Amino acid sequence: MITLAHLLTLSGILFALSVAGIFLNRKNVLLLLMCIELLLLAANFNFVAFSRYLGQLDGQIFVFFVLTVAAAESAIGLAILVVLFRERRTINVEELNRLQG
Amino acid sequence: MLPLILFYVFSSVLVLAALAVIVARNPVYCALSLVLCFLTSAAIWLLIEAEFLAIVLVLVYVGAVMVLFLFVVMMLDINLEELRSGFTRFAWLGWITAGVIVFEIVGVVWWKRLGGLGVDVSRGAAAPVPPGSSNTQELGALLYSKYAYPFEIAAMLLLVAIVAAISLTLRHRQGLKLQDVNRQTSAQARDRVRLVKMGSEQRE
Repeated sequence: MITLAHLLTLSGILFALSVAGIFLNRKNVLLLLMCIELLLLAANFNFVAFSRYLGQLDGQIFVFFVLTVAAAESAIGLAILVVLFRERRTINVEELNRLQG
Repeated sequence: MLPLILFYVFSSVLVLAALAVIVARNPVYCALSLVLCFLTSAAIWLLIEAEFLAIVLVLVYVGAVMVLFLFVVMMLDINLEELRSGFTRFAWLGWITAGVIVFEIVGVVWWKRLGGLGVDVSRGAAAPVPPGSSNTQELGALLYSKYAYPFEIAAMLLLVAIVAAISLTLRHRQGLKLQDVNRQTSAQARDRVRLVKMGSEQRE
């Protein structure tokens, strides 16, 4: 029987791996976006698991909304990335200092 | 017993694919590993009877978002060596953070048992799904009644995202011979043809 603990542990491992990925690939904006997608997937796992094990469907509705927001985010993120690459010919985070932040 | 074995198989594939996403050298391999991640997650969601979301995950993520990622990966001519330099400089910090997160979550889930939240993590699903009931139908009933307003906001958000993505990447190139419909329709005969009155001329 798959228990709630199994799913929560799996999503925890997935979340930790994507956080490590953000540390590892901190120069490449494209891989940062991919790691964020993985992070959202790990969060969605918790929503689905609790929705199933508490017997309420509301959690699955929230996963639906998270998917919507994640799709919008990645579409706009990739559009910004393409414009950025056209301007600067690089996607290295360390060279993106035009805003002097 | 079989669902548990399947769960372990799928979750080990999922964790390995996630590892491949974060350490692979080539961004194309990263994107393909991420596709594998989404597919195995969809399989696990099918195992815990969230059928609609499993299908949506495959359709939306694998079908749309990851294809977009792959397009961008292949379109950009990036210098990988430069981006990979210093890969291991903060790697220890990343692995330590990951280890701490896993330790905390596993500790809370397996030893504390989430007792304070009134949730018993060692139990199975709340109620077995009765035969003939449809996950999609129940989700739809909830989505179009209780969550109708958030649903419309989500639709609006997607519209805004479409407009933003298109207007960001739209490029006006110089020197293109485009037709200007406004000028075309407002053109009048007197702007184009000029009638000149003149007397007849004699040949020399």
